[in-house]
Amino acid sequence: MYDMKALYEATSVPHAVQLLQEHPQAQIIAGGSDVLIQMREGKRAGVELVSIYGLEELRGVTMEEDGTIRIGSLTSFSHITKDPVIQKYINVLGEAVDMVGGPQIRNIGTIGGNTCNGVTSADSASTLFAWDAVIEITGPEGIRRIPIQEFYIKAGKVDLKPAEMQTGILLPKKSYEGYFGHYIKYAMREAMDIATLGCSVNVKLSKDKRHLEDVRIAYGVAGPIPLRAEHAEAEGRGLEISEAVLERVGNKVLEDITPRDSWRASKAFREHIAKVLCRRALKEAILLAGGVIHE
Amino acid sequence: MNGKEHVVGKSVKRVDAFEKVTGRAKYTDDLCDKSAYVAKILHSTIAHGTVKSVDTKEAESIPGVVKVVTCFDVPKYYFPTAGHPWSTEPAHQDVADRLLLTDKVRFYGDDVAAVVAENDVAAAQALRAINVEYEELPFVLDVQEAMKEDAPLIHENYPGNILNHTTIRNGNYEEAKKEPGLIKVEGWYDTPTVQHCHIENFICYAYMEQGRIVVVSSTQIPHICRRIVGQALGIPWGDVRVIKPYIGGGFGNKQDILYEPLCAYLSTVVGGRLVKLDNSREETFASTRVRHAIRTHIISYVRPDGSFAARKIECFSDQGAYASHGHGIAAKGMGAFPQLYPCSNVEGDAYTVFTNKSVAGAMRGYGIPQAMFAGESHIDDVAKALGISPYEFRWKYLMPKGYADGFSKNVNYFDTFHQCMEKGKAHIDYDRKVKEYANQTGDVRKGIGVAAFWYNTGVWPISLETSSCRMVLNQDGSIQVQVAETEIGQGADTVFAQMAAETLGIAFEKVHVMTVQDTDITPFGTGAYASRQTYMAGFSIKQTASLLKSHILDTAQDLTRHTKESLDIIDGKIIREGDKEILMSLADLAEEKLYSLTNNGHLTAESTYQAKTNAYSFGCTFAEVEVDILACRAVLKKIVNVHDCGKLINPQLAEAQVHGGMSMGIGYGMSEKLLFDEKTGKPLNDNLLDYKLSTFMDHPELEGDFVENYEPTSAYGTKSLGEPPVCSVAPAIRNAVLQATGVAIDEIPLTPHVLFCRFKEEGLI
Repeated sequence: MYDMKALYEATSVPHAVQLLQEHPQAQIIAGGSDVLIQMREGKRAGVELVSIYGLEELRGVTMEEDGTIRIGSLTSFSHITKDPVIQKYINVLGEAVDMVGGPQIRNIGTIGGNTCNGVTSADSASTLFAWDAVIEITGPEGIRRIPIQEFYIKAGKVDLKPAEMQTGILLPKKSYEGYFGHYIKYAMREAMDIATLGCSVNVKLSKDKRHLEDVRIAYGVAGPIPLRAEHAEAEGRGLEISEAVLERVGNKVLEDITPRDSWRASKAFREHIAKVLCRRALKEAILLAGGVIHE
Repeated sequence: MNGKEHVVGKSVKRVDAFEKVTGRAKYTDDLCDKSAYVAKILHSTIAHGTVKSVDTKEAESIPGVVKVVTCFDVPKYYFPTAGHPWSTEPAHQDVADRLLLTDKVRFYGDDVAAVVAENDVAAAQALRAINVEYEELPFVLDVQEAMKEDAPLIHENYPGNILNHTTIRNGNYEEAKKEPGLIKVEGWYDTPTVQHCHIENFICYAYMEQGRIVVVSSTQIPHICRRIVGQALGIPWGDVRVIKPYIGGGFGNKQDILYEPLCAYLSTVVGGRLVKLDNSREETFASTRVRHAIRTHIISYVRPDGSFAARKIECFSDQGAYASHGHGIAAKGMGAFPQLYPCSNVEGDAYTVFTNKSVAGAMRGYGIPQAMFAGESHIDDVAKALGISPYEFRWKYLMPKGYADGFSKNVNYFDTFHQCMEKGKAHIDYDRKVKEYANQTGDVRKGIGVAAFWYNTGVWPISLETSSCRMVLNQDGSIQVQVAETEIGQGADTVFAQMAAETLGIAFEKVHVMTVQDTDITPFGTGAYASRQTYMAGFSIKQTASLLKSHILDTAQDLTRHTKESLDIIDGKIIREGDKEILMSLADLAEEKLYSLTNNGHLTAESTYQAKTNAYSFGCTFAEVEVDILACRAVLKKIVNVHDCGKLINPQLAEAQVHGGMSMGIGYGMSEKLLFDEKTGKPLNDNLLDYKLSTFMDHPELEGDFVENYEPTSAYGTKSLGEPPVCSVAPAIRNAVLQATGVAIDEIPLTPHVLFCRFKEEGLI
């Protein structure tokens, strides 16, 4: 039995916005895999909920006319993994969200909830960071779109103003065309676990596949919110592919990440693993892009 | 008809298989009437101190709250909680150090107050509204710190926080170690605090009926529960009735009395109304029981050929805040030390020490997984120091055939260790892999390791061992069987049915084992613990079935006019032994007897068997790992356990038992550890996300194998298998990592955090 004051079920996006305006203290609930846990812990005792789970228009992946991939915020992890558009253009996202929890959570959990929660360990987030995803937000003033880097403000806080909700995640064509990526979730278990560190890397190779035309590296749990390793990216950009380059880029990430000591893992351990994951994910991304790694 | 069909030794289906698979099996929560009040406990948020006051006003005013009870309200009957048989000698009784609720807080999660409400939400709201004022005291979390003179004293009557200290002094260690040419090998080995993580959290409900208290509980030990509820409430034991339905696992945690006394008490303060107390997972972690973390120091003086000249062991066992099962765990672990590798000169000291942490109690293996991690890791260290293969070392020096222990009178009747090791070696292709994995370089390296274990079966001669059984014949020739040994998921009811069917000569399907134990109805007995169920119940089942058979054959003599001595029961039929002629069916006999107008009678038998034997149960684990050095990760690739648990009553169930134990051993060795905050004493990872119980994906295929040496002391040739499968898993994995990397890791679990630190120290990364 959950301690809640009321549950309002939205029938459309405008209705959801209206409900949020009418009940300014209300919490949005989608799949519930985060909110219900917080309620069970007593953190939101007596809460009012606005459920958006019934909004079919926010479900599914589509390709827009200009080549933008749109992921409705209520799309479940398992639907993302199985989606043909995702599989064709950004398969790594499907792989990343397939590492969330267990099958039941992946069926109920949504990518919108995963990102709106604002936590650094969200398996979808580092890959969305790495692919320059754009967040679509709908509110009383209409629709606005911002880069995911700006959506995350601080741990547990995202850029949702009163009565706003996230309605979609967009991947513009220029973000994915020609790019190949790999995500490594480093956790203590092979399933049902939260990332100790997550690293998502994608590359675009030169025509001859010998040079890194572009490198994008993102981390989860390497700081209070997901982040891009900009120094390491700059280090790798334009270089001729080799084992030494993997090492060089990997070592550079220490200038970008700010992991902390906690009982879950030490800073020294996270830094070591961050370098190893970067090297390995970069290598995999290069191989996926058709590159060859020379000694 | 030609002789008997044997049902013992067959993999018959579990008697509860369909109930459990279809979800029809009723567990405690399924049985509890929905009108029940809900009880919740307010746990302390400090690790050590006294409660100055508890303000309950606001909580009491919340709609739906029925009653708030604090540590100042409860009766002061100190009671013990360990699920041991009671001893009539005060010196052998368990330490009585618990109260229903306490104003002296000894760990973070101690029980300060309780709420009874009409529903969950009101109860939870009331807990949040209670205001407790504490006077905090310094606390201590480390067992050796707790032994220091200036450490905070947790129980007034235990100076140095030492609950107990026992010793072994065999031969003369100090003299023997002076022998010239000896090699000294020394190590410190640390095992973690872990939790049982049974699927069904602890739950019970209580109500009053005709002036007595009825408690329905997810317990392994209904008759012991009756006694302890009586002790805790200060009422006659017969005024308590305990009912035990199906339970969702216990692993020893439910071999302790947890919150049954509190729940019973809460019912009494609300007029005997039905009160349910259902622990959360967090409470199960922090406030029920955990496995003792034990730090072990071993020194071996070894001759160059590997034989031991002198050995020393010190064990520091972390009891947590209350005595519970206490020193039994460390003492048992240390007791195995001089037996497993016999040595004439052994000095041992085991200390069980209070700390301000969650209470340690019984858990599958009862001190032996800790002792085997230390002892079997140390054996690999010795073998490495001598340049001898760890397999060969064990082959030469493990307890030989014919070894007899003076105290328990246990005898190693067969060449068990050699048989198990040979089987395991062949199974995993050990010799080839040892060679292949020697001297590897590179980021990913493979390794293979072995470890043996020592175990026994029951608790005799330390405690009482007794089993009672009742059998009743029905009109159709089927029977009910009742024993107090409990089904807790291990398959006990099934093997009991097999044994009863075997001795009585009736079909397995005709035996109905009464799975629900009820202290008003079930014969007296002590329940599920140690690895005693099959061995101990076997005695009383065989004895009682023989008795019932004798009564049946008396009736058969009346009805057939043949002498009883010439008759037998085979496959549910009365036969004449000489020519195997079927004289009548047991069903016909039963119907006649129960409805006879001349010689009517009720055919039943009941008897007690007090066992004054115990039995060794040995085996080993072989494990193969792949270590990703850069990623600081060891992955278990293959694992096999080989056991000699005597004759297998049900091979498929036995194998399942081995799989379960291995799974627990894998978590113990590789991922599980309950952490406590150094600054507050608060449990940090008291949930199944942060506490890394291993998942299906973390296991390779689990393989179990057996050597079946018929145990001569046993009614059906069987001996322990409940706990043994967990005992040697962790050291085998540790030894495999040692072979792969050359790095000896002396603490479990072998998490990436530990590997990172050790690989850094050794210069691997």
